Amino acid sequence: MASTTTATTKWWSGGKSPFNVEYGKLMMWYFLMSDAFTFGAFLIAYGTTRFSTNGWPDPNEVFKSFPFAPEGVHAPLVFVSIMTFILIISSVTMVLAVHAGHNMDRKGVVRNLILTIIGGAAFLGCQAWEWTHLYHEGAWWGSNPFLNHDGSVAISTNFTNFFFTITGFHGFHVLSGVVINIIMLIMTLNGVFDRRGHYLMIEKAGLYWHFVDLVWVFVFTCFYLI
Amino acid sequence: MEPVNIHAQHAENHGGGTKEIWRITWILTVLTIVELAIGFWMIKIPLDQEGLRLGLKGVIVILMMAKAFYIVAYFMHLKHEIRNMIMTIVVPLALFIWFIIAFLYDGNSYKNLRNTYDPHHKEASTVKGEKKEHGAADHKEGEHKAEEKH
Repeated sequence: MASTTTATTKWWSGGKSPFNVEYGKLMMWYFLMSDAFTFGAFLIAYGTTRFSTNGWPDPNEVFKSFPFAPEGVHAPLVFVSIMTFILIISSVTMVLAVHAGHNMDRKGVVRNLILTIIGGAAFLGCQAWEWTHLYHEGAWWGSNPFLNHDGSVAISTNFTNFFFTITGFHGFHVLSGVVINIIMLIMTLNGVFDRRGHYLMIEKAGLYWHFVDLVWVFVFTCFYLI
Repeated sequence: MEPVNIHAQHAENHGGGTKEIWRITWILTVLTIVELAIGFWMIKIPLDQEGLRLGLKGVIVILMMAKAFYIVAYFMHLKHEIRNMIMTIVVPLALFIWFIIAFLYDGNSYKNLRNTYDPHHKEASTVKGEKKEHGAADHKEGEHKAEEKH
């Protein structure tokens, strides 16, 4: 098996990591895999419930508002697409930080980490606004003020329960990602990685941050688009 | 094993560098814009055109999977890891194929059974409601007050 990927290196003969990655990075991958199952279970529970319910609110009616816009504005998908692009761009700056780390470019790592942190904070701000707005419309766990798409009255609060639980769980991941990135920034500024001789820690933080972006791709699609 | 050693080994399979990063950024941006375009299109399609709506949702899901692939393969660098490592991550995720099909099928079946054998449920879920625009917030406050009295 190993000989098909590398003709000269014998990965499994001992003396080196057979997966050619550092222990911590491999464990980060396995943690993210388990986290993917947690999010997957949440989203599949949401899907199952939606498939078993006769009516469901129209996302374009529920998520139609925009900050500072007049009351009753109809701007579906606009705000959430801004949130999506913020997260994609912050993922790009993170990958640039990892890349700068490979080149031992401390300044590049610092600059891109700061941009990533700003992106994460901006996303959290958007989500805080959206939650507050929905709360004032009467939506919360256990309270669903929205009519179904076909005009019928909602007979359960499943929609809001799932929305707040899943976006909340994702938002909590974004928050932890921002905290991790701030710690990475402080460590970089203190020169910890330069002394260590490698920036592998940034790579692990990067994996986590990309995963947060990845989950948003699914949450965004499942709640806002379809 | 020295960590520095691993870093040196690692440097062999970096991928395409910044050029690749920007290429993937563009791909993700374009895929997202296409998704949004379909989303805006779907707003205008009436609910009774179920086939078309379902088809478009299918397209969106395919685009979503493509975005997920590009993030995992290039941003998370998985494509440039060695094959055995990729397999330990990807193979367990195949469980999702069963997970999604089985649960969504079950949800749908529950709905159909309920609509067939529980006419009360079917009737309750077809009651039309008045569209609330501004009164929603006041209504909520009213409910809170009612709860406090209990």
